[in-house]
Amino acid sequence: MSLSRPRPLLSLAAALLLGALALPVQADSLQDASNLLKQGQKSQALDKIDQYLAGKPKDAQGRFLKGLILTELKRPQEAISVFIKLTEDYPELPEPYNNLAVIYAQQKDYEKAKQALEMAIRTHPSYATAHENLGDIYAQLASQAYDKALQIDSGNASAQTKLAMIRDLMGSAGRPGPGRPAGKVSAVTSTMPSPRPVSAQPPRAVPVPAVPVAAVPVAAAPAAAAPVAAAPAAVTKSVPEASNAGGDIGKTLDAWAAAWSKKNVKAYLAFYAKNFQTPSGSRAAWEAERNKRINKPGSIQVSIENLKVSQESADRATVRFRQHYRSASLKSSSNKVLVLVRHEGKWLIQQERVGK
Amino acid sequence: MRRRLRVAAAAATCLLGCSAVSGAEARYSDAGPEPVLAHVFEQIEQNHLDVAMQQVESLIKAYPKFRLAHLIMGDLLLARAGPIQAFGNMVKAPPGRLADLRAEAIARLNAYRDKPPANYVPRYLLQMPPDQKYAIVVDTQKSRLYLYQNEKGTPRFVADYYVTQGKLGADKTREGDQKTPIGVYHVTASLPRAKLGDIYGSGAFPISYPNEWDKRHGRSGHGIWLHGTPSNTFSRPPLASDGCVVLANQDLDAISKELQIGLTPVIISNSIEWLSLDDWEAERESLRSEIAHWRTDWESLDVDRYLAHYSKKFQSDGQNFAQWSAKKRQVGGGKSWIKVSTDDLSMFRNPGKEEMVVVTFAQNYRSNNLSNVMKKRQYWIKEGGRWKIAYEGAG
Repeated sequence: MSLSRPRPLLSLAAALLLGALALPVQADSLQDASNLLKQGQKSQALDKIDQYLAGKPKDAQGRFLKGLILTELKRPQEAISVFIKLTEDYPELPEPYNNLAVIYAQQKDYEKAKQALEMAIRTHPSYATAHENLGDIYAQLASQAYDKALQIDSGNASAQTKLAMIRDLMGSAGRPGPGRPAGKVSAVTSTMPSPRPVSAQPPRAVPVPAVPVAAVPVAAAPAAAAPVAAAPAAVTKSVPEASNAGGDIGKTLDAWAAAWSKKNVKAYLAFYAKNFQTPSGSRAAWEAERNKRINKPGSIQVSIENLKVSQESADRATVRFRQHYRSASLKSSSNKVLVLVRHEGKWLIQQERVGK
Repeated sequence: MRRRLRVAAAAATCLLGCSAVSGAEARYSDAGPEPVLAHVFEQIEQNHLDVAMQQVESLIKAYPKFRLAHLIMGDLLLARAGPIQAFGNMVKAPPGRLADLRAEAIARLNAYRDKPPANYVPRYLLQMPPDQKYAIVVDTQKSRLYLYQNEKGTPRFVADYYVTQGKLGADKTREGDQKTPIGVYHVTASLPRAKLGDIYGSGAFPISYPNEWDKRHGRSGHGIWLHGTPSNTFSRPPLASDGCVVLANQDLDAISKELQIGLTPVIISNSIEWLSLDDWEAERESLRSEIAHWRTDWESLDVDRYLAHYSKKFQSDGQNFAQWSAKKRQVGGGKSWIKVSTDDLSMFRNPGKEEMVVVTFAQNYRSNNLSNVMKKRQYWIKEGGRWKIAYEGAG
C-alpha cells in the first residue's frame, strides 16, 4: 500500500515536469501561429496551429486559436465545431461561447447567437464583450420583431451585425482564477487573473412598453447596481521628475471619456498611441470597428470613477478605474486597466483591457 | 418624471389586476389572444420581463402574424439591452403603423377588461324570432363584435371578437366616406372565399346597408360586408376598412357557421347600451302590447283607432301620412270583417339617441274580400311618449 500510492503522484509530477519542459517550444509555435494570423497569413497560421495541436490535441489555447483562424478563413462550420467542442470540454470558459455567437450572428442565426452569449454571461457575469455583443443581438432581434410588427424593412435585419470576436482565451476579462484548463501558459502573460470576480452587473432591463390604458411608459424599480468590489489600494510609485503627471493623466482620461461621449471619433482615436496593442487584428481594423460602434445611433455617456494611477516611470503608467458606459443599447459598468505612455509630453493609451 | 410614471404604472396594474378578477366570472370566451395579452402587460407591470417574454413567444407561436405581439417582443428584447422609452421603442418607426398597433392593444385590452356584465343584454335585441339562432351586435367604440344565441327569445352571450371598422370610424352617411354604418341590418348573402380577393380573407357576408331608414335619411353607399383578414396579417388596426366590419379569419370562420342568410341580424352601434334582464323585459312588453293593440284596432274596423298607431311622419312607398290615411279609409269602407295574425315576431331597437325599433313578422291578413300572407317590416318610433309606426312595407 505504501508502495503503490506514490506511483500515480510521481507519474503526475513527471507529466507536469515534462509539460513544463515542453512549454517554451509549444508556446513559441502557438505564438507563431498567432503572429501569422495577425499578419494575415491565415493558411500558414492554420498549418502552424495544426502542427502544434498534433502534439497537444487537447490544448485549449491552441484549439481556441484554431477556431479563430478557421473563422478568418471563412470556414464557419469548422470554426463552430471547434468552439462547440471547447464549450463542451471547458464549460466554464466564456470566450468560446462568445465567438460561437459571433459566427452565428454572421450567419444571421440570432436566436442561437443569443443563447451562446447568454451562456457566456452565465459562466462569467461580468464579461463585458459578451454583454456588449448580447446587447447588439437583442437589438437585432428587436429590429426583426419590429419589422414584422410594422411591416417594414428597416434594413437592420439584412445588415450584418458586427460583433466583437474575442482573440485571447484568458486575456480580457478579470475573471476568477479556478477552472483554468491546461495550456494556460501562453503568450498572454501580462494579464494576471483577478483574485476575485468583478461584480456582476448585467444590463438589466428596467422600463417597459407603455401600458395601453395609460399609454405611458412605465418605469419599474431599477435593478440596483451591484456594488463594486472594493479596488485594492493602488501602489503608486512616486517619480520625482514627473510629480505632476498624476494630474495630467487624470485630465487626459477625462478628455478621452469626453471625446468618446461626444462621439468625436477622431479626437477619441488620437488618445491611442501608435503602438497601441489592439485587442484583435490590425490597427486599421480596430479603428474601423471603434468608429462603427461609436457612431451607432443614440447617445453615449462614458464616465470614470475611482481612478488609481500607478506610475512605473516618467513615461509610463498603469491606471485602473471604474468605467460607466451607457449607450442606446447598453448600460454597463466595468473595471478598466489602461497602460499609458508619454510621447512628446502627451499621455497616450498603449493598452486597454477590462479587469483589474 | 419617473415618479409620475410609477403612479401611472400602479394605476394600470390595478386595472389589469381587477380585470383578472372579473375574468373569473367568465362570460368571455377565452379563445382569442386577449387573455394572454392582458397577462403579458400584467407581467410587464410587475417587471417580470422574462415571464412576459415567454408569454409573448407563446402568443407568436399561436398567432404567427399577430403584429402587435411582434411589437411587444421587440420592446422586451430591447429592454434587455437597456432602458426603453416608449411602447414600440423602435427608432424611426413609421408613426402611423405604430399608432395603429397601440390603438389595437388598447382596444383589445379595454374590451377584455370591460366585459359586459353577466346579467345584462344589449338593449337592441328586444325580440328574436324562433327560427333565428344567433344575433350579432357590434360596438364600434370598443372595436368589438358580440355573438348572442337565441335562447327561447332571450339573448345568451356566446363570444366576442376584436373587429376593424372604417378608416374614419362609424356613422356612415354617404358613399365613399370610409365609415361604418350604425343601424339594424341583417346578412344578405355569403360570398365564398374562392370568389374573393385576398383582402377579404376567409369569406364575406354582405349586410343590408342602406336599409329603408337609411334611405329615408338620405344615407348612401353600398357594399358593407362582414369579412375576414388578408393572409399577411392576423388582424388589422381598429380603423382600417372602407366601412366594412373586419374580423380575424379564425373569428369569421367561427361565426360564419352560425349565420343564417336573410335572417341573422347585424346591429352596429357606436356604444352598446346594456339593459338588465328586468328592464329589457319591461321594454319588450311595452312594445309588444303596442303591436298587439295595433293589430286588434285594425281588426276592429275602426279606421281612426287603427290610424292612431301611425306617426305623422309616416312614409311608405312614396306615400305620406295623409295619402296613407286616405287610402286606408277608402279600403276600410268595404270591409265587414278583418282577421290579422302576427307570427315569428322580431323587434330590434336601432342604436343611438333616436328611439326606433325595427319590427318584422309574418302577417296573415284575412278579410271578407281579400286575404294576404306576407312578411312585413315596420319602423316604430317613440312619439309623444307612445310607440308609433313611421314606416311599413314588405320585409
